[in-house]
Amino acid sequence: MANLLTARRARIGWDWTDWAAHIYLVLGTLIMFGPVLWLVLSSVKSESGLQAFPPTILPYEQASVEVPQRGGALKLFTVTAGAHAGETLAEVRRMGLQSQLVDPAAPDKLIRVKLEERTPVMRLHAAWENFTELFSRFAFGRIVWNSLFITVVATLITLLMNSMAAFALSKYKFAGRDPVFLLMLATLMIPPTIVLVPNYLIASQLGLTDTPWGVIWPAVATPTGVFLLRQYMLTLPDELIEAARMDNASEWRIYWRIVLPLSAPALAVLAIFSVMWRWNEFLWPMVVLTRSESFTLPLALNSFQGELTTQWHYLLAMTVLTLLPVTAIFMVLQKHIAQGIASAGVK
Amino acid sequence: MRHAIIAASLAVLLTSATARAGEVRIACYSDGNECESTEILAARFMQANPDIKIAIDKMSFKAIQESLPVQLAAGQGPDIVRTTDFGPIMAYMLDLTPYVKDPAYWEANYGGTLGWMRRDANDHGIYGLMTQLTISAPLVNKTLFDQAGVAVPKAGATWDEWATAVKQVKEATKIVGGMAWDRSGARFAGPSISMGATYFAADGSPAVIDDGFKAMASRYVAWAKDGTVKGDIWSQAATGYRDAFDDFANGRIAVYLSGSWQLSRLEKTVGDGFDWVVGAEPCGRGGCTGMPGGAAFVALKHSKHPKDVGAFLDYLASAPVYAEWMVMTSNVPANVALQKKGLPYKLSKAGTAAIQQFGADAATLTPLAYKLQGDVMSRPIFGAVADRIAAVMAGQMTLDQAYARITSDVADAVAASKK
Amino acid sequence: MNPISTLFAFLMNLPERPMRWAQGRLSKGRLGWVFVAPNLAVFALFTFLPIAFDIHYALTGGTNLLPSQRPYVGAENFASLLDCTDHFDANTCHRDLFWHGVWNTLRFVVFQVGLMLAFSLLTAIVLNRKIIGRSFFRAAFFYPVLLSPVVVALIWKWILQREGLLNAAMIGVGAEPTNWLLDPHWAFFWSVFVSIWAHMGFYTLILLAGLQAIPAEINEASQMDATPPWRHFRRITLPLLMPNVMVVLVLGLIRAVQVFDEVYVLTGGGPGSATVFVVQYIYKTGFADQIRQYGLAAAASLLLAGVLLVLTLAQMKGSQKKNG
Repeated sequence: MANLLTARRARIGWDWTDWAAHIYLVLGTLIMFGPVLWLVLSSVKSESGLQAFPPTILPYEQASVEVPQRGGALKLFTVTAGAHAGETLAEVRRMGLQSQLVDPAAPDKLIRVKLEERTPVMRLHAAWENFTELFSRFAFGRIVWNSLFITVVATLITLLMNSMAAFALSKYKFAGRDPVFLLMLATLMIPPTIVLVPNYLIASQLGLTDTPWGVIWPAVATPTGVFLLRQYMLTLPDELIEAARMDNASEWRIYWRIVLPLSAPALAVLAIFSVMWRWNEFLWPMVVLTRSESFTLPLALNSFQGELTTQWHYLLAMTVLTLLPVTAIFMVLQKHIAQGIASAGVK
Repeated sequence: MRHAIIAASLAVLLTSATARAGEVRIACYSDGNECESTEILAARFMQANPDIKIAIDKMSFKAIQESLPVQLAAGQGPDIVRTTDFGPIMAYMLDLTPYVKDPAYWEANYGGTLGWMRRDANDHGIYGLMTQLTISAPLVNKTLFDQAGVAVPKAGATWDEWATAVKQVKEATKIVGGMAWDRSGARFAGPSISMGATYFAADGSPAVIDDGFKAMASRYVAWAKDGTVKGDIWSQAATGYRDAFDDFANGRIAVYLSGSWQLSRLEKTVGDGFDWVVGAEPCGRGGCTGMPGGAAFVALKHSKHPKDVGAFLDYLASAPVYAEWMVMTSNVPANVALQKKGLPYKLSKAGTAAIQQFGADAATLTPLAYKLQGDVMSRPIFGAVADRIAAVMAGQMTLDQAYARITSDVADAVAASKK
Repeated sequence: MNPISTLFAFLMNLPERPMRWAQGRLSKGRLGWVFVAPNLAVFALFTFLPIAFDIHYALTGGTNLLPSQRPYVGAENFASLLDCTDHFDANTCHRDLFWHGVWNTLRFVVFQVGLMLAFSLLTAIVLNRKIIGRSFFRAAFFYPVLLSPVVVALIWKWILQREGLLNAAMIGVGAEPTNWLLDPHWAFFWSVFVSIWAHMGFYTLILLAGLQAIPAEINEASQMDATPPWRHFRRITLPLLMPNVMVVLVLGLIRAVQVFDEVYVLTGGGPGSATVFVVQYIYKTGFADQIRQYGLAAAASLLLAGVLLVLTLAQMKGSQKKNG
């Protein structure tokens, strides 16, 4: 880091716009990334730690000490006022507005302190059990497999079908091409909420309910994907295709041997979007998948929400778990994304 | 050869979950550990009945409430569902009378709540088993009352007396708000029935707005204005349920109108942070009542194994199993005999006292409270009341406008349901 | 050869024969349809057919979800939605929540799309400079795009609630804590803010790509002429960036009009109905209410889709004119 800074400084000095730009970016990163960090830290807080106000950045829980003479683990408090001010004592019990404490070293003598004259001793403690208990609550392997299967297969089909359509829409001239493109784009206007019920009736007629295919098929034709890919393919020179035709390559071969590899950046963008959409998708799977063996991660995550209460500590842990794969894929594909998105605005 | 291997691996890749036939599927949501404890009992049941398979699908309440009616309309769905929302699925419920050993036992022990799942007074079917009975009542932070030197209002105290006491506590201890109610029309119904609201006209059709209702609504709004009630939970959202649990657990309010389902959560999060008790139901000229409620395991008509469904619910309903179940989930039983007998809960001293109080309350709720909870139109009524009173508290409309809106919202729902 | 590319080549060779056969029989134009067909078939089945269903729902009433068992009511659902004494005052409407939704959505679209464009543009311009650790910053600004709307809302709800991180920080610096989501103006502000937070990374990249496509000579030329930076931006950068800006506007607009989950989980539409949007009304009427007035929900969504279509077409027409 220091190296980087000096490398920059070795060139001509910074003017105020450089400073402003970097300050803007650092502040922006705090705002964009800080909340996510907060989520991750919160996911290892205990159920009562999550409720505490003011909230702590790091996960804390009240420290306790073993006092066998008093029947086991007792919670530790610091006395803030009175004769015992400053001492760290273990609480045996509470009586009304009084607390009965003992010195862990001399547990026989009860010390009585007013409630407001003691504060709990807190210690750092990550509640990993939020995570480990998840594994016993679900057939975790099965759920992860379902999510993976749906995400991978749907993404592959999406890439294939959308790029085929984009290829025709960008490289062929045929009657009805533009209306078809507009029609596909127009489906962006339909809020997904509203096609839920008819879609379920259709899926159930086709026997797709409670199978991963019930989630995959309705999702694979994405208007955004067709749009992105078409815009990108428009920038590919037609001469390449003409040359291949001279060599007597079939149209299908031209599509997958020439156009597809050249569209890699745009495909990478669509891939990350598709992965993210399918991995996070909730509303439609909730309707179409009802058996726990076909559940996906978001459905399992939401099962912590009852009618009247929500088990936040599990919900947060599960959220962090589901974030990991998307983050990993993003880091791998990150470089391509900027390049691929470039295409969206070209034409 | 290579192609064959690739094709074979593809085939493996594409094989997806195939549902096992011959199972009883239960769609279950939890507010605590209801589904997990049912799993334990189901495992025991399957050991005794090796030819029956029970599978429990744990999902969110939202998943059940929103997608179940669609699934049922398409002829799909589970065999049993845990829900509180009986109205939309009434047409799809299975009458268990031929499949349970002793319908009279059910009638005698679960009679009070069986009616909630019935279409009307002429319907005598057994459609499901309540997984618990919930009772709404004020939860009291006794430590705050003690610090303020104010006595917790006793049984028979009116809502006005409660409000005065709460206000004194608030002023003495400088807490944010005196009391808070869950943002829920069902919670609101207890106090307003106590104030004399009748909710129904003489012919049984919904008639929410009357003097009793107005007496409670106008008080509630006034209390929110002067800080007796911490109203932000209500005005915060335009629609939907919100709870005030955080405020109570963190000692920001002295009284919290919620219910028995909060018990295990209170035990876990409050611990000995402060002393809490369940207050007696506050009174008015309509009586002293909270609202009953709760979810049921409802049997569904299209099930291919109605006999197995009946057998499993019969097993859960039997007194010893049901008692054990209630202890596991820290819930008030819907079984009248068990309510009278009392159960050996594994709770702290405060928790045990609380659940005993809830159990005692179950017997004193007014018949109107039970009738309202079980009525087909109860949820549209509750929704309209919560949303419109909340709009008044947010300063968006006057009480009179809210009354008119509640009436027209409910009328719209009635009209739509009759088409 | 690596097994994945073998598998890929094997699979992609499978359609070769049928496609060659089709190519022999069809003209090139017709072959285009073959390429479009799979995608179009899925659209037809899971988008166009459901819309047809919805039109049927919108014209029928009752609570039954099976299309064949619903009584025809004509335009009653539309009439009921449009029934107002004064359309500019939602409180005078029969379906007041719908109209609160309409006006809030309109306000939201103006602020959200406008501000998001401004911030994405600013970020893109900054990122287009010689910046230390550019790819890190680019990734950081993009990351929230990966989060699901529900997660976005939960994170921010936690930060903004009365007992949240922001208020703790305000107390920390000695300021009065504010109930951010309880004040109508703040709640609206935060729903716009959070929505921008969640989506601006995507649009920033589109604009950044546009900026990077501007030939370096153009910038150098105006540096030589000592053109003031603001003038350079207005006269040269912005016109060249226009196509990208249009993409941002169209996509941003479509998404803003459909705003739902993020804000619903964050504010629940409150306080009062300050952040109720049209899609929330559709959701409530068609799914969340016990008596599901699905016809009403379908009618509302058709109205919404219609308005969107008109807006988008107008915008495209406008941009076409500008670009000559």
